[in-house]
Amino acid sequence: MIEIMLMTSIALFGVAIAIALFRIVFGPSLPDRVIALDMIGVNLVSGIAIISVMLRTKAFLEVILILAVLTFISTIAFSKYIERGVIIERKRDS
Amino acid sequence: MNEREILEFIAVLLILLGSILSVISAYGIVRFPDVYTRSHAATKSSTLSVLLTLSGAFFYFWISESFFSVRILLGILFVFITAPVAGHLIIRAAYRSKVKLSEITIEDELHEVLHEEDKEFIHKDVLEKEDREKILRNEDKQK
Repeated sequence: MIEIMLMTSIALFGVAIAIALFRIVFGPSLPDRVIALDMIGVNLVSGIAIISVMLRTKAFLEVILILAVLTFISTIAFSKYIERGVIIERKRDS
Repeated sequence: MNEREILEFIAVLLILLGSILSVISAYGIVRFPDVYTRSHAATKSSTLSVLLTLSGAFFYFWISESFFSVRILLGILFVFITAPVAGHLIIRAAYRSKVKLSEITIEDELHEVLHEEDKEFIHKDVLEKEDREKILRNEDKQK
């Protein structure tokens, strides 16, 4: 019973990632694509959690933290790029 | 079923609930008309789904292997703090880079503050107040 429920939930996460991929390919503007990318990262985090429950191992738990940090940093970098055109600002020498 | 199996079943039920919520938010990201409404589906319900799934995994490891995983707790805390911040920042950047609002938008109050000099950015359906009053007056005359 538990195995079936875990398989169903990981399949549902796969469906959600596929739908967000549709938005990445056909999204009309750049912020649409970034939002869908953020959602894919968040869904991958929970997919890794489900896989580590299915395999009954604790080895994948670090991956959750690192992937969450990477998703957040990439979204921040993209939003700064959309707003200002640059990601890393250098000081102008006055 | 003994007590432990029931608790494991509840933990896996949390994971299943999270996955169903994730599919619902993915449906929202396809069906909503513009960026500003899509961000509601993509940040709020997606955050709830990942919180449910991670807490389900946390309870599963706690019950079945009596392993109190601090790393999953840190992941829950991090996602809970950072996902709304990321959604807010990306929508702020979208509005400042003049992404069009959807056609069913009635009012845009931030437009007067941010893009006052840029008249072309006014969407055709977001009418000024005087225009709206003119249209109303014409309708009254026709009656």
